[in-house]
Amino acid sequence: MRYGETGYDLEIDLSRGSVDRVPSDPEDTRLYLGGLGINAKIIWDRVPPETDAFSEDNLLIFGTGLLCGTPAPGCNRTIVSTVSPQTKLFVYSMMGGFWAPELKYAGYDRVILRGKSEKLVYIWIHNEKVEIRDAEHLRGKGSLETAEAIRKELDDPNAQVASIGLAGESRVFYASIEQGRSSASRGGIGAVMGDKGVKAVVVRGTKDVNLADAAKFLELCDGVLKYIKWREDHPIKGVPPILQGLGSPQEMAIVDEEWHTTNFTWGNARTRRKDFWTHEIEEKWKQTQENVRTRLISCYNCPMKCGATISVQGLPTYMMKCYSKLTYTMAAFSDLDFGFKIAQKATEYGLDGFSAPQVMAFALELLEAGILTNDDFPDMPEDAEGRFFYLLEKIVRREGIGDYLADGTYWAARRIGKGAEKFDHNTIKKHEQLPLKLGMLNPVYYLMYCTGEKINITQIEGQFPQEPFPTREAREEFVKDWFQVPDEKFKKYYADWEPRGEMSNPYYPTVEASCEIVDWMEKMHYIDDALGTCAGLSSFPLKPPYHIHNFPQFITAATGIEMDKDKLWEAATRNRTLLRALNVRRGMRRADEKPPEDHWRRRFPDLEAQLLDGYYKLKGFNSDGVPTQESLHALSLDYVAEDLEQRGVYHG
Amino acid sequence: MAKVMKKVKNIRIVADLCNGCRACETICSAFHATPRYSSNNPARSRIRIVRDPLKDIYLPVYAGEYTMSECTGRTTYTLDGKEYSECDFCRASCPSRDLFKEPDSGLPLKCDMCEDTPPLDKPKCVEWCLAEALVYEEYDEEVEEQPQVADIEISVEALIDKYGLDKVIDSIARRAKA
Repeated sequence: MRYGETGYDLEIDLSRGSVDRVPSDPEDTRLYLGGLGINAKIIWDRVPPETDAFSEDNLLIFGTGLLCGTPAPGCNRTIVSTVSPQTKLFVYSMMGGFWAPELKYAGYDRVILRGKSEKLVYIWIHNEKVEIRDAEHLRGKGSLETAEAIRKELDDPNAQVASIGLAGESRVFYASIEQGRSSASRGGIGAVMGDKGVKAVVVRGTKDVNLADAAKFLELCDGVLKYIKWREDHPIKGVPPILQGLGSPQEMAIVDEEWHTTNFTWGNARTRRKDFWTHEIEEKWKQTQENVRTRLISCYNCPMKCGATISVQGLPTYMMKCYSKLTYTMAAFSDLDFGFKIAQKATEYGLDGFSAPQVMAFALELLEAGILTNDDFPDMPEDAEGRFFYLLEKIVRREGIGDYLADGTYWAARRIGKGAEKFDHNTIKKHEQLPLKLGMLNPVYYLMYCTGEKINITQIEGQFPQEPFPTREAREEFVKDWFQVPDEKFKKYYADWEPRGEMSNPYYPTVEASCEIVDWMEKMHYIDDALGTCAGLSSFPLKPPYHIHNFPQFITAATGIEMDKDKLWEAATRNRTLLRALNVRRGMRRADEKPPEDHWRRRFPDLEAQLLDGYYKLKGFNSDGVPTQESLHALSLDYVAEDLEQRGVYHG
Repeated sequence: MAKVMKKVKNIRIVADLCNGCRACETICSAFHATPRYSSNNPARSRIRIVRDPLKDIYLPVYAGEYTMSECTGRTTYTLDGKEYSECDFCRASCPSRDLFKEPDSGLPLKCDMCEDTPPLDKPKCVEWCLAEALVYEEYDEEVEEQPQVADIEISVEALIDKYGLDKVIDSIARRAKA
């Protein structure tokens, strides 16, 4: 018997209509843990680098984290992996909600989709019974609408549905997969699902998930819950209110959005409005939010309430979390009320709430600059809100200019030409970024933006504060009970970090310290993404309940695999290196590793080169960002080294 | 008949505070696994959340008595604009639905308030509900002293449940004649 995991994968070939239940190799669990790690291993083994996102040979993997379905609080993440149509690289996007635990209870650790279905279908997994069912009647339906219709059709209110909307069907490069209050949005994985002809993957499970050392596991869970309670009573002062506690930024519960609205930029990542947040705005937004918010809600087995049910008068109810209430609002220079309204439509269509508003703002900039003309936008309304709604409809149907915009800023700019490329100023590796434009280079963030395989800062950062507290006293106070650090030196790095002067950005933290800080933050995300732990209880917030010291015990108690801090660190390094190798094999190199040109006003080319060199060295990569044969060997990734060698990667 | 004091264990459900996370289901099924906590499976849980997120229905319900037959006719309640079926509130393990039955055997499940030796402070679901939608209370209630039900009566009752009163009377009558 396997513990923690089920030991079975579900292989579905959509071209042939075949379904197979396949035992997985326990050795893979030992090496890559689960979730993202095993997804990456499967893609490495089975998807050659020549494979296009929309090829029959591309795989779309719905992986569960190793601890999903166990009683470990907040371990509920589904990790979806494939080749991105937008970045052309390996992509992984994740969602919370209820899907991954349900799949475990159905008896599978992951669902691997290959091939393409000619007709639109959905997949119904009910324990041993797996069916590929017709979904033509759901074509064009919204993601939540689809979920409701399928539950009714199956007469099973407990079935968990991951579905795409019209955007996925139209293969929009930033189409999401939606699942109740959660979504896997980044990198266009919804487009790959649409391309495969799959409208939804539906799961219901009534089987057991087993634990190796039950008593120990429960003791660990109780410890986590106790700490969560304690942390609730001990918010971290000195950071914005939405970041003081645990969970995703608490933007459903909290109205205070001074930090986002005055620090982040509006429009196409352009304008900072430092005076935006006033008492009147706060009052007005409070009213808006309280009027539409029915209830604060959670993902499976998690006490945090990061999401909310949103009912805007006259519109169907939907669910939301985090920052998406502001992305459309700020891109359109509009109001929170508009944000809630358009997000309802966008959620049903299944679009990434980060990319979509930026693409729309980008299109309107091109119109203003005369690169696009009114002829490109027939019958478009005059007001900002009307224009966004107009563009939304065009994009999800790929109609007219919408067909260009549906490929995202990078590709649209190049297809439009006429200087449009200059307006694509906020992408990294062809992918839209947070709308942030700052002054002084931050060395830690520089590295994370450049090198993160997720290409999305919120999935890399965390653990280490974004800025130093103003006084040494406050910083020393902060590090006092900072037991989550993997090494005491991180306390010193933080205590010594000053807002101004010699010990401040960009030269402090030093190159060495910056690399180590990034390494720690990144490791924690790789661990979460393998175990299915929500970053909101682990790698994202300050002083979280899960950390490098208790994770090994969780793994051992769940699976029986002997684990300690060093071994876990190594497994996370292995996964990180494997992802890098996947993208290196798809052509990514040092030259691609840069932040948006205008992210910081003050740049330091020499220092930046040193930072990248230092990071690569620490990671065991060569100066071009390619994992060396020695480091691959040390991580039992010899097969990767051989492949890279055969492909001539080491010979220029 | 004499009055006696009886200890009542009560779980107060504050459905308004439920965040729908189903931690209660997880930990209940884990607690009742053999060996304890060795596995978990919400389908085996003795507490279930009736959830319909888009209608804002979140209703934790505990497994109560087993019933042989479903109700005749149904009732629908509308509370605060939300429509509930009476089954949503019902605690029975009932032929009309698969709730509160072991998924493998179909045997009925019933909440036992996590009785354990040594006793727990509160049932595990309450302990794990950080949203405080479940609140445990114990209090003494004065009740009529019940006559001791003889074992024989329990057996007869079971027979009546299974075969119906008429058949049992017939059978006893035949025995009496013999």
